[in-house]
Amino acid sequence: MTFLPVWEFPINQESKQFWDAAAQNVLLLPRCSDCGFTIFYPRSICPECRSRNLSWIQMSGKGEVYSYTVTRRTSGRFRSHVPFVIAYVQLDEGPRMLTNVVDCDPNNVSIGMRVEVMFESQDEGKAIPRFKPSQ
Amino acid sequence: MTIRGIAHIAGIFEHPGRELPNLTLAQIHAEVAEGALKDAGLTFGDVDAYYSAGDAPGFGALSMADYLGLDCINIDDTETGGSSYLVHVQHAAQAIAAGHIHVALITLAGNPRTGGASPGGSANVSGAPEQSFESLFGLAVPAGYALAAKRHMYEFGTTSEQLAEIKVAASNHAQHNPEAFLRDVVTIEEVLESPLISDPLHRLDCCVITDGGGALVVVSTEVARSLNRETVKVLGSGTAIKHSDAGRIDLTYTGAVKTGKAAFEEASLDPKDVDYVSIYDSFTITVLISLEDLGFCPKGHGGRFVSEGALCAKTGRLPFNTDGGGLCNNHPGNRGGMTKVIEAVRQLRGEAHPKVQVENCGVALAHGTGGSLALRMGSATLLLGREEV
Ligand SMILES: [Zn+2]
Repeated sequence: MTFLPVWEFPINQESKQFWDAAAQNVLLLPRCSDCGFTIFYPRSICPECRSRNLSWIQMSGKGEVYSYTVTRRTSGRFRSHVPFVIAYVQLDEGPRMLTNVVDCDPNNVSIGMRVEVMFESQDEGKAIPRFKPSQ
Repeated sequence: MTIRGIAHIAGIFEHPGRELPNLTLAQIHAEVAEGALKDAGLTFGDVDAYYSAGDAPGFGALSMADYLGLDCINIDDTETGGSSYLVHVQHAAQAIAAGHIHVALITLAGNPRTGGASPGGSANVSGAPEQSFESLFGLAVPAGYALAAKRHMYEFGTTSEQLAEIKVAASNHAQHNPEAFLRDVVTIEEVLESPLISDPLHRLDCCVITDGGGALVVVSTEVARSLNRETVKVLGSGTAIKHSDAGRIDLTYTGAVKTGKAAFEEASLDPKDVDYVSIYDSFTITVLISLEDLGFCPKGHGGRFVSEGALCAKTGRLPFNTDGGGLCNNHPGNRGGMTKVIEAVRQLRGEAHPKVQVENCGVALAHGTGGSLALRMGSATLLLGREEV
C-alpha cells in the first residue's frame, strides 16, 4: 500500500461524478456526445466543440506512462513522502492524466511502461486514482 | 497594426537587493519604479500607463497606482506568470502605436526569499477548475518542468550533461556580476553531483529564489527623441499561451513556437540576425526547449546546440543571460521575465559588464515563460534593437 498525503480537496458539481465513481473504484471521464472527444480533467463543457451534451464513460483504467518524474526533495505536505513518482499516464482511451505511479520502486518506472489504475481509499468515502505497474 | 519601431524602452532598473526582509512589496515596487524612471530621465508625473502582474499586492495595478499616486489613462494587469512583463511591453507598444499613451511604467516586486509565498509548494489556487486534479498528486513547480525534461530526453536523447551546460554558461557570466546571488563558476560535474530535486533536474538545474524586483519604462518615439538617455527600439513581439489541452498535452514544446515566429515576422528578422538572447531560465530545460521553439535550432537538437559552451559570452555562438540569469543572478518574486528584458537592454546600450558585453550588439531577443511547462503556460518574445538598426 501507499501512503501519499491527501487533504480536503474541493469537489464541485462539475467533478462530483468523477469522485463518486472513484469511491466505487471506477474511473469515469466525460465524453462529448456530439464530437466524441474524451475530456481530462472533467468539466461540464466540451473544450473541443463547446457542446454541453456530455456523458460519463467508464475508462478501462489501463494506459502507459507518457512522462514521469521522481520527486526527491519538495516542500509542503509531500515533504516527508519522498521519493514519489508523478506521471502523466496516457489512458488507452486517449487522454493524458496527471497522477502518481505507486506500488513499485520509483527507480523502476519508465516512459512507455504499462500501468493500471488503483484507488487509494480515504476518509469520508473518497478515493484517489493512482496507477501501478500492470501485472 | 505593427509595433515595429514605434515603441522604445527608455528606462530600466533591477533592484540590487536579493534579500529584502525590511521592505513591503509596495515599497519594492516603488523603488524599482523610481529607478527606471530616473534611468529614463522621466518622472512619475510623465507616466500615463501603468502595468503590473500577479505580484502586485491588493488590487494589482490599481492598488499600486493608488499607492504611487499615478494618474493613468491605461492600466494592464495581464498575468501570465514570469512572462507577464514581456506581454506588458507588447501591450504598451500597442497602446503607443494606437496613439493612446506616451509613457508606460511596468513594475515587478517579490520577496519569496524572506517572507513571501514558497515557490516550491504545490499550486493551490482556490476555485481553479483544475485544482482537484493536479496539486492532489504532489506536483510542485520543479516536478512540472521535470516531466517536460524527462519526455524531451526520451524523444530526442537529450542528456543531463547538455542541460548542465546551460547552468555552466550562466555561472560563467554571473562571476562578473557583483550583485548576482550565486557568483561561483560551476562545472558540468558539479551540476550533475548536486542533489536531484525531481528527476532529471538537479538542484543546480533550478533557478535561485530571491527577493527583489525590476521595472521598465516604454515610451513613444516622440518622448524617446526628447530624452538624453539611449533608448532601444521594440522591433517585434509575440505572445501566446499553451495549456493541457483537455488531455492532449505535448510536453516537448512551448508557446515559444508561436511567439518566436510572430516576433521574427513582425521584425522582419531571422534567428541568425540575433546577437544576444535573454531566455527565461526557471530551469535549464526551460532554456533548451525555448531555443528550439524560437528557431535557433531544429526541434530535438537543443542539447547539441547548447553544448561546448555555445551560450557563453565572448566565445560561444549565441551569448545568453549575461547577467547570470535566473539560474545564478536573480529571480525576483519567482518571475524571471523582467530581468530578461533588462539585460537585453543593457546589451543593446553597451552597458553589460565588459567581460560579457557582446561587441556591436545590434539585435537582442528576450523571451519569457510563465506558469508550468507541464500544465499551462504563457510565452512571450520581444525582439529589441539599437535605434539605428
Ligand atoms: Zn465536443
